[in-house]
Amino acid sequence: MTNVIDRLEREQMRLDVPDFTSGDTVKVHVKIREGEKERVQVFQGVVIKKTKGLTGARFTVRKISGGIGVERIFPLHSPALDKIEVITQGRVRRSKLYYLRNLRGKAARIKEKRFA
Amino acid sequence: MSAILGRKIGMTNVFSSEGKLVPVTVLQVGPCVVTQVKTTETDGYTALQLGFDEKPVEKLNKPVAGHLKKATDKGFKVLREFRADDVKEMEAGMTIGIDMFSVGEKVTVSGISKGRGFQGTIKRHGFSRGPETHGCRNHRKPGSIGNSAWPGKVIKGKKMPGHMGVDKKTVKNLTIVDIKHEDNLLLVKGPVPGCKTGLIEVHRTDVKK
Repeated sequence: MTNVIDRLEREQMRLDVPDFTSGDTVKVHVKIREGEKERVQVFQGVVIKKTKGLTGARFTVRKISGGIGVERIFPLHSPALDKIEVITQGRVRRSKLYYLRNLRGKAARIKEKRFA
Repeated sequence: MSAILGRKIGMTNVFSSEGKLVPVTVLQVGPCVVTQVKTTETDGYTALQLGFDEKPVEKLNKPVAGHLKKATDKGFKVLREFRADDVKEMEAGMTIGIDMFSVGEKVTVSGISKGRGFQGTIKRHGFSRGPETHGCRNHRKPGSIGNSAWPGKVIKGKKMPGHMGVDKKTVKNLTIVDIKHEDNLLLVKGPVPGCKTGLIEVHRTDVKK
């Protein structure tokens, strides 16, 4: 019963999703179709949230664009994502970085993870 | 054929070709066996009786076993009749399955809704509620149910608290998002009445009965 749904969802999952967590800076390449043509748009920012799931898994990327905070939610396994690049791994102490919404400028920076 | 029987399996999401997540209900549909063909000559109207969900013949009672013996050597848990205009090509014993549907087609799905027990007017009929505070004591009450001396009675059909659910409910014009032929699975966009494993009827909407 639920195995059927599990199987249907697993069939749709992508195998090329890189391993990243909250605090990491990522570049998301999104395919955008305009009429016949298809182009790729890049959205770069900090991952502030990742939700678990099979096809329902999502992640939220936050960036500052023109002084205004912009957040975009992507389905992790969406075929509209060309690729996800992990730029840096951040050192954070929680999985949901909502506190970044109240910080600006230098205070909103995230320290890079150090591998000793 | 215009209708078929099936079971609801549950809900999930699938990606559309544009990369959007579409909420779908997974239905296991058929295969159904035609157990009886009703014609104008013999019955005064045309219809097909379908059997769904196999069951050992030994477990059937004698009247049902005798009825099914004319068409097939299988037993069924569910027998249901559907009106059909054209039954000339149909024969008792034929199997009909998911092949009658195509992706993008609209279907109508009926099922028995989940039981909610005894419910008040707010949940059952969508009445509005009273304020919670400021000294108000009318929180979830139904309010007045009629006038006094005239008509001197409560009008028939007045919406009141009572048993909710376990009714036959129908949802029209659901789009078929995908079909998995090997597993007899139909993926329709949006919710469908009833619990998981609940019996459902799937009707084609573009075919006249």
